[in-house]
Amino acid sequence: MRIFGLSFNVIKTLLTTQYAYMLEYRIEIALWALSGVLPFIMFSLWSQNDVGNTFGLNDIGLARYFLSAFLVRQFSVVWVVFSFEEDSLSGRLSPYLLQPLHPLLRYVAAHLAEQATRLPFAIAIAITFFILNPSSFWLPSLPQLFLAYLSTHLAFSIAFLLQSLVAAFCFWTEKSSALERLIFVPYLFLSGLLVPLSAFPSSVLKLAMCTPFPYLINFPAKILSGMPVNISSGFLAQILWISILIPLVNILWKLGVKRYTAMGA
Amino acid sequence: MQNNPSDLIVVDQLSKYYRVANKQPGFKGTLKHFFDRKTYDVPAVTDVSFKISPGEIVGFLGANGAGKTTLLKMMCGLIHPSTGLVDVGGFSPQRRQTAFLKEITLVMGQKQQLIWDLPPMDSLYVNAAVYGLSDNEAKIRINELAEMLELGEELTRPVRKLSLGQRMKSEILAALLHKPSVLFLDEPTLGLDVNAQARVRSFLSEYNKRTGATILLTSHYMADITALCPRVICIHKGKLFYDGDLDSLAISLSPSREVKVELKTPFSRDQFEKYGEIQDLNDRFVCLLVSRDKLTDVVSNLLTDFDIIDLEISDPPIDQLIGELFIKGEVN
Repeated sequence: MRIFGLSFNVIKTLLTTQYAYMLEYRIEIALWALSGVLPFIMFSLWSQNDVGNTFGLNDIGLARYFLSAFLVRQFSVVWVVFSFEEDSLSGRLSPYLLQPLHPLLRYVAAHLAEQATRLPFAIAIAITFFILNPSSFWLPSLPQLFLAYLSTHLAFSIAFLLQSLVAAFCFWTEKSSALERLIFVPYLFLSGLLVPLSAFPSSVLKLAMCTPFPYLINFPAKILSGMPVNISSGFLAQILWISILIPLVNILWKLGVKRYTAMGA
Repeated sequence: MQNNPSDLIVVDQLSKYYRVANKQPGFKGTLKHFFDRKTYDVPAVTDVSFKISPGEIVGFLGANGAGKTTLLKMMCGLIHPSTGLVDVGGFSPQRRQTAFLKEITLVMGQKQQLIWDLPPMDSLYVNAAVYGLSDNEAKIRINELAEMLELGEELTRPVRKLSLGQRMKSEILAALLHKPSVLFLDEPTLGLDVNAQARVRSFLSEYNKRTGATILLTSHYMADITALCPRVICIHKGKLFYDGDLDSLAISLSPSREVKVELKTPFSRDQFEKYGEIQDLNDRFVCLLVSRDKLTDVVSNLLTDFDIIDLEISDPPIDQLIGELFIKGEVN
């Protein structure tokens, strides 16, 4: 059986090995999961200032949105640019380039394994949130959960491709993590991590919707929290961004490896 | 350069230039480097040509920065040549086609592909899957190679807990799991103790005999080269300046041999001057440097003319000769 041109055995072995590797760092991953509490800080800030109505949400809606944003973030967080840069500078990339497997697929496996490791911590944090805010408790329906799961994975794919695009600049600049900051700032403001996008003026919102960022947090979080959202246009936009980014990453990668100098190896 | 169908590797007028930035020291230099960065091309390999037949073991010799590793990296497809051609088994390495990648491997001393926090076995199964080996094939292959490399329970211990020698052997195992027919080895014994070096060398020799694999090797340890490589390619400042067998290189580097004689009774210096250049004379011991073409006659005369207890003929150490060669930059 082959999935995306890869044999099931490759996928299974990569994922199980990476999962074993991530379990070696379970404390670190728990801390990473805890460090992603920005949506809760924002929730606390907005709810105390009673601006929920401005966002078109009551306190319960606001709480559910930010918990959903936290969960979506946990399963769509990407760090490929940092790993890739380190591997590229230390020479670890060299053996990967000489194996019949695209090096980026190793990073995909590492991210998926890390997501699996984060799962129990994310659930524990969600339970704690409900204990502290019992009125915000809700259980999404199965179709809602499925759509949220799907859109979160598509969000992860977009984020991964965006960072891979930046990571490929390592072949030119060596320190491409500095370029990642250029993505991080618009990501922070336009993804819905700090504030639901409904809070934006319509002109800014229109502009934001032309970027990939609202589909990284806002769209999946709205599905999960049960807020009204145009599901078909959201998924269409996610697929569109993936279709644009895949060939771009491919082209940049092919141009980049020609410049690879195998530093440190 | 005419290609012979029996050549496995053809390198033709290969060159590689690296673009580097030049920065002057001090604050002024830093500002200048920031606003007006000056870059220039540094030649790492210049116009190198040679051919290698299947099953050969070839050693690449050269001082640090000579260009031998760059050459190896171009041959395995890791870096793209600036100009010239490389052909490995009918493949253009830099295209990194799957069929090519399945035929080669690269081992770099002290650079690891094994996952640091997991036992080597986990990395081995990843490699097996990547190269399309079934679990059963992988098991057989791991056992076979582990036996040759004298690896046992080390394979189930975390890599970080292994000694350098055990780690290197595990790296070699991981690199050879898919039965590559061309091995690119860059300093495979770097940092290993004498015993571990000897074990890696004997493994490589055995692997070459068993599988007929072609081995291209760079090493700073002459013992690796003398034990494994009948043919050597010397690179100096990016250029090829010797390609041939190691014995001929030793002869051209040192046309004389050392003859050490232990005598029953002491003799004076002038009695030995006609036999060769006296290197050392100490009571009953004398060391002479004798040209190779006169060696048989000189030894025969010494045995006739003197009462000799012991006689030893040797070459000057090859590493000493190669060291002199790099300083000199040319072969006689």
